[in-house]
Amino acid sequence: MQAAPIIKVDGLVKRYQKAERNAVDGVSFDVAPGEFFSLLGPNGAGKTTTISILTTTLAPTGGRVTIDGHDLATDAAGVRRSAGITFQTPSLDRNLSAEENVRLHAILYGLYPWRPTYRTMPAAYRQRLGELAEVVGLGADIFKPVRTYSGGMRRKLEVVRSLIHQPRVLFLDEPSTGLDPASRRDLWNYLLEMRRTADTTLFLTTHYLAEAEDADRICVLSRGRIIALGTPAAVTTSLLDRYVLLGATDARALRNELSGKNIAWQEHAGGSPYVRVAANESDVHALLKAIDTPLTMVRTVLPTLEDAYLALVERDELDLGATSGPAGIVLGAPAAPNGDGVAVAKTRAQPVAAGQ
Amino acid sequence: MSLAHEFNALLAIAYRDLLKFLRDRSRMVGTLVFPAVFILILGGAFGAAAQSGYQFEFQTFIFFGVFAQNMWQSSATGIISLIEDRENDFSQAIFVAPLSRYTILGGKILGESLVALTQGIVIFVFGLVIGVRMAPSQALALIPVAIAICLYGGAFGLILMANMNSQRGAQQVFPFLLLPQFFLGGVFTPVDKFNPVLAFLSRISPLRYAVDLMRGGYYGSVEGSAGAVLASQPFNLAVMAVSGVVFVMIGTAVFVRKERTR
Repeated sequence: MQAAPIIKVDGLVKRYQKAERNAVDGVSFDVAPGEFFSLLGPNGAGKTTTISILTTTLAPTGGRVTIDGHDLATDAAGVRRSAGITFQTPSLDRNLSAEENVRLHAILYGLYPWRPTYRTMPAAYRQRLGELAEVVGLGADIFKPVRTYSGGMRRKLEVVRSLIHQPRVLFLDEPSTGLDPASRRDLWNYLLEMRRTADTTLFLTTHYLAEAEDADRICVLSRGRIIALGTPAAVTTSLLDRYVLLGATDARALRNELSGKNIAWQEHAGGSPYVRVAANESDVHALLKAIDTPLTMVRTVLPTLEDAYLALVERDELDLGATSGPAGIVLGAPAAPNGDGVAVAKTRAQPVAAGQ
Repeated sequence: MSLAHEFNALLAIAYRDLLKFLRDRSRMVGTLVFPAVFILILGGAFGAAAQSGYQFEFQTFIFFGVFAQNMWQSSATGIISLIEDRENDFSQAIFVAPLSRYTILGGKILGESLVALTQGIVIFVFGLVIGVRMAPSQALALIPVAIAICLYGGAFGLILMANMNSQRGAQQVFPFLLLPQFFLGGVFTPVDKFNPVLAFLSRISPLRYAVDLMRGGYYGSVEGSAGAVLASQPFNLAVMAVSGVVFVMIGTAVFVRKERTR
């Protein structure tokens, strides 16, 4: 039996004051305990609005949210206890040392009584702080003023701070913004390791599609609605085919041969000598064996999540105004992190045939 | 959520403010410069121009006015830093903690009151240096008075801050709300001879009660101080307590509503 969802969002709506349309427009999804769930979408899609509501900093206009069994509307304090948050914008106090920031946070979450200095804090606090600082690579820098920190160190510190109360769910709102590639990699190594060891649920919003590739499931928002929900692989393959890119010295002969043998092909791009042939893994060998024209180039192309994401968003924008409801795809059972390819009419989005 | 948790959190929020102040050198220096200018220059000028008929010594009168005004204003303007926090998004981190909103804003008022009291100590020593004389028992009696004034300033700052949208807006509006009170509240000059309109405006100036409480604390046992104090200590305290609670209740409600309802 599957565990009850740790995050349950049902018909969430948010309309800002004086806004003409809903920033979040009837969004529903569940997240399973321990799942790594990623919310994607272009700017203005409603990602930050959604995460702000889930973390109690913004009141919804409608809908119901429960986190770790706490209803957002009636038990915001319970939600706050269960959640750790790394904000999109830096939320550290630069006048304090890193340790003082963490200490303030720990006391605000009721973990320890207030004490004016690090040395007078309970041993349990000092030990936990030391462990976390070591794991993220801050070490003794934890006692330095935050204003001396680089962007990467600040992000790490925010993560340390958001984890000190051992939240069941960690919300990460674009945590990699402003980080160089090495810092980003370090941060993610740590987050994924922490998820393995502490079984923390990760709820991520990001613009970096590569980060979302590691997620159990992704949810793509556009104009406040869900346009895709499923595993990254399912969303990708449902939208875009794998194909083989072929090139030959005699480009015309290749095209004629493919047409003559009823192999569907298309031009790769305007002016390009190459042609594309849709092919799954099992088809590649058969395809090559079938071709007699001498080939000069063969490349198997796997669409990335980024390709799929861009196709999705582009398609949704084309639909703008043309349909009454958004065209969307919903893949994978909501509470099954590794569920695969099962269409579920869980959201208001209409499931459509994948691909093409 | 236990009371002990809320209390510890309140202390932690307050202590953060005090630490920030103690680490800010320019703010420390500013603590002394402005009151000194007020007391020495304005004190001399107003004293020379003042109508005769008062028995008390003017520089001492102004010293206690500025002493009270400075703590009250410091505490009030300190609360405005919550707007700065909000703009820097630091307040997000505090506001998502599992705490009562009253604890958060109460901690902020306590913290800014501690800052104002620290500044008050500096000004008090300055007063002794320029020749304000008092018995140790008088000085001790001023401690609870100073605490009440700081807390009241914090409550006033809270209701203002809750109605401000940006740090810039606050900086533009604050002088309009504070400067008139310097005169209406009687920081530099007695207010017992105002015409009815000014007398009315004086009575609705919160600073008047803070200043009068301070002077009552000092002049209560000083001979020949007729006209220096306007009302009894219990009356001033009662006005401050009632209006202070109203400021905090409304300020918190408005602030929290604006935080979440955007």
